[in-house]
Amino acid sequence: MSKTIIDKLWDSHIVVEEENKPDLLYIDLHLIHEVTSPQAFAGLREKNRTVRRPELCFATMDHNIPTVDRFNIKDETSRLQVQTLEKNCAEFGIQLEGLNSEQQGIVHVIGPELGLTLPGKTIVCGDSHTSTHGAFGALSFGIGTSEVEHVLATQTLWQNKPKQMNVKIEGELGFGVTAKDVILWFIAKYGTNVGTGHIIEFSGSTVRKFSMEERMTLCNMSIEAGAKASVVSPDEVTFSYISGKRYAPKNQDFLESCKRWRELASDENARFDQTIEIDASEIEPMVTWGTTPSMCLPISGVIPAEENSSSIEEKQSLLNALHYMGFKGNEKIEHIPVQHVFIGSCTNSRLSDLLQASKVVEGRNVHPEVRAIVVPGSQAVKKEAENLGLHQIFIDAGFEWRESGCSMCLGMNDDIVPEGERCASTSNRNFAGRQGKGARTHLVSPIMAAAAALNGKFTDVRSILPKKEQEVDRYAGV
Amino acid sequence: MPGFKTYSGSAAVLDRDHVDTDQIIPKQFLKKIDKAGYGEFLFFDWRYHSNGEENEDFELNSPETKEVSILVTGKNFGCGSSREHAPWALKDYGFQVIIAESFADIFFNNCVKNGILPIRLSKDELRNLQSERAGNLIRTLRVDLEQQLVENETKEVFRFEFDPYWKKMLLNGWDEISVTLQQEALIKEYEDERIVN
Repeated sequence: MSKTIIDKLWDSHIVVEEENKPDLLYIDLHLIHEVTSPQAFAGLREKNRTVRRPELCFATMDHNIPTVDRFNIKDETSRLQVQTLEKNCAEFGIQLEGLNSEQQGIVHVIGPELGLTLPGKTIVCGDSHTSTHGAFGALSFGIGTSEVEHVLATQTLWQNKPKQMNVKIEGELGFGVTAKDVILWFIAKYGTNVGTGHIIEFSGSTVRKFSMEERMTLCNMSIEAGAKASVVSPDEVTFSYISGKRYAPKNQDFLESCKRWRELASDENARFDQTIEIDASEIEPMVTWGTTPSMCLPISGVIPAEENSSSIEEKQSLLNALHYMGFKGNEKIEHIPVQHVFIGSCTNSRLSDLLQASKVVEGRNVHPEVRAIVVPGSQAVKKEAENLGLHQIFIDAGFEWRESGCSMCLGMNDDIVPEGERCASTSNRNFAGRQGKGARTHLVSPIMAAAAALNGKFTDVRSILPKKEQEVDRYAGV
Repeated sequence: MPGFKTYSGSAAVLDRDHVDTDQIIPKQFLKKIDKAGYGEFLFFDWRYHSNGEENEDFELNSPETKEVSILVTGKNFGCGSSREHAPWALKDYGFQVIIAESFADIFFNNCVKNGILPIRLSKDELRNLQSERAGNLIRTLRVDLEQQLVENETKEVFRFEFDPYWKKMLLNGWDEISVTLQQEALIKEYEDERIVN
């Protein structure tokens, strides 16, 4: 019988399968960070339990840490949380790449770049953006702290198999349109709960042409479409990314792994519960204007007004969003001023993101009323970017060049957007208060964020970037 | 954890869709290393003005909804971050049951693991459930997990679907890890066969 990649990943990890019960799935990789793990370790200690397979766990600190003067965590509770992770990892024998490690970074950036994230694995983390790792053909999803404790103690999880959705993206993306715009467009069109109860496979010629970093951006935000997880069938692009990564299989072992990984791709005629087909050529650079990722328009768009809503509920949520965002309705996206620009987060902080944004800002200046920061996703990304001289391009243009971490995506550290001010952000959530109480977030791609930084308002990046450079860079295949 | 069988209490209606976990508990309260005491931060930015005063307009702040233990809300409740601090805060505040049109997947799981019963009802059922609603208050709802039903003040009964496994876990208040550890031999067998590394 033909199987989807989701069937293959699921079936190969079943430890216990009984009727009227979820399946007990084996977990191959458990990524751990400081915010969602302390109570799980405390739970183990309380019941006198151990970590079953500490060598399948990997920890770092990313959510809470400063991006300037990083060893000096001023906030006492943040410092305690970081120290607690150090203590827990030491006590239970888990590898931790802490603040002083060259391997530190956002958990969803370092998993792939260290070769821990591999096709065919089941991967969990107490963080909803664990969906990112699905880009490699891994079954990868976010869990709560109780489940973190369960995985630590048993290396398994009870899971009901979700439904399956095939999102087929075909055709050429237009100039200046990125993977970020594709996922924002998808959520704008189909809503933030289209994926609820489903695992999505992203397929089609557009996805096949994407680099691994673009696939990660796509899968990263599938949680914003409500999906349990998302996955891309692995191919030569995947294998060439993995080749040579620190913890990836080497030599003959690698070749044999590739052979196995190739088998994971969905079989022809494999059955999905639902299929959505997307024409990539319809997609434009996108900007969110409201307080959910689905409140999103092309750069040429106009914000909806009260009279556009079709139901009472819709009207109320529109009015709430307009009020929070400081709009009346009918404003043009291109007229919205921004005071902050954040290039970073597990969605868009990888080398190709920084490289593309640097092409927009090179030789130009950040608008005098804008405060712009670049926060590389990991120490490795930071170092590579510095080797290429990208930091100097950003600094010369007026950006701040920071240390790696989650930073202004959720503002658990000092990187906060002040009340009432706007931020063009390459992160993944524009919820009320996400970047700071009263902060107004607009989600965009890295090149659109860069364009907003230069002009102090949202700007069609296609009017700034020479066409040739853009085409070359999109498939820079990092 | 004590088992969950039946429950009666008053409910507050939070007539909103897509309530995300950043609203349920904002990020500045995620820095603690224990599970207790999150209730005072529940819906923080909605409950309090910037100057720290209570926002009288917020649904849970009216005098009649102060003592509620059931939350009735819209679709996609608990979307966003996987933070279990959200159900910890709801539970600590006093919520035992959440009735919604739909829930985000991770949040739903997180509720069950903390002994909060998340119930899905259709939009029409939710409307009928609230037939005797006064402001944002429903004076009495009776919930029976064994029978999988909710009964309102007019004795109208609404049946809900619930996964049989999680039902059993909730009814008995079992510790999931203890249950799983009974499968130790099978886990070991899986590891030996697959040489997980």
